[in-house]
Amino acid sequence: MEQTDLTPDFSFLERAEAAGPFNAAECFQCRKCTNGCPASFEMDLFPDQIIRLAVLGQRNEILQSKTIWVCASCETCSTRCPNGVRIAELMDYFKELALRAGVTPALPKVAGFHQAFLENIRFTGRVFEGALLPVWWLKTGQIGERLKTGELRNDLKQALGLFGKNRMSLAPGKIKGRSEVKAIVRSSR
Amino acid sequence: MRVTYYPGCSLEGTARDYADSIHGVCKTMGIELQEVPDWNCCGATAAHSIDHWASVDLPGRNLELAEQVGNPDMLVPCPLCFNRLKSAVHEIEKGSQGFRTRLSRAAPKIWDLANFFATDNMLEKIATSVKNPLSELKVVSYYGCMASRPPKVTGEPNYENPQSIDRIVQALGATGMDWAYKTECCGASLMVSRPEVGVRMVAKILDMAKRVGAQAIVVSCQMCQLNLDMYQERIEAETGKAFGLPVVYFTELIGIAAGLPGASDTMSRHFVDPVPTLRKYLG
Repeated sequence: MEQTDLTPDFSFLERAEAAGPFNAAECFQCRKCTNGCPASFEMDLFPDQIIRLAVLGQRNEILQSKTIWVCASCETCSTRCPNGVRIAELMDYFKELALRAGVTPALPKVAGFHQAFLENIRFTGRVFEGALLPVWWLKTGQIGERLKTGELRNDLKQALGLFGKNRMSLAPGKIKGRSEVKAIVRSSR
Repeated sequence: MRVTYYPGCSLEGTARDYADSIHGVCKTMGIELQEVPDWNCCGATAAHSIDHWASVDLPGRNLELAEQVGNPDMLVPCPLCFNRLKSAVHEIEKGSQGFRTRLSRAAPKIWDLANFFATDNMLEKIATSVKNPLSELKVVSYYGCMASRPPKVTGEPNYENPQSIDRIVQALGATGMDWAYKTECCGASLMVSRPEVGVRMVAKILDMAKRVGAQAIVVSCQMCQLNLDMYQERIEAETGKAFGLPVVYFTELIGIAAGLPGASDTMSRHFVDPVPTLRKYLG
């Protein structure tokens, strides 16, 4: 096995735990999190590896990983961890940290979807599904790509299907307290 | 009986059929739903993924508004909204600092809708309302993640093997098949943002439901419903498997078994048509 230089930075986890706590240092590597993860097939680092890297302070490996964005927040790992490590919550912490630190997300469409969603709420106070996907496409610059791959055709077919089944509202329902909502979501932009 | 009701955004959009079915069932059972006034989005996965403060204060605003309604119970049909509301309470009660949310002791008990309908009292009401028992109907109950996990937040004792929908289905005379994928994740918004991942996750669930002999999947989560129902045709095309599994809400089944007028109205709003499977129970 190839040896690489690794300088542990224990202050990284200390900062994370101050925002948690996530109990990451309790991990004894049983890998129950990884074995039960329904999305591990798409990850470049397994959840237990993320925890180990966090303990060692390997910030860039974590924040640049696909894993933090593939995580669907299903909470299976946190639920089953015998040591109470809040793995899914730590994934969230890393997602937020990556965006705030300006690290380019390994899966920009996933990160962009969350951002488009929050912008949608800021505008109306509730999610207006009719604008969510178009804003996300524009924001992540994928209209051309979706046109080419036929995804846009799928999208439109589904939108029409939902509309035909009276499962799509055409106008956003704005709430009175939108300025309060705007103040709450302010920080995410 | 009057209860506070937090519908959540999708029940005004892609899950309007769920909303209609809930209103129909509650009306017949004498449950008056009093909506939280001027409620806002709970922030969903987006907020807890990239904005921790908003993930507490968005549901927090709803909790403050819900307190003012004054009923002891609040019903929440969307499991993700339920989870976010409970998470906010958990975070505030832990004594975490810096949030805008202030909770008093007047907070209502937050109910996952299926759990509310599965209390002994409600099950009795459901059983006595049955006019067309769903005998010979084999279904699997599919709960998804958010009503159960993490149990420290949801308070769900049977988080690996939840029972609420199974109990309701049984009270309606149907057979709930035993299966291991009750709380397997459907991928939620990954179906949109990474469809190749979402397709694989849902295909596994549909495949297992089919293998245990279910004729339909019964859900309480509108996100799961959308992923399993609307995308089923695409998943069939991509995996080369035929599932043909209708995905129905437990409230729709209650309505059909109780012979409620208009109970069959939501059938046409599914993508996989439930009518061939449920025809003999539809009045």
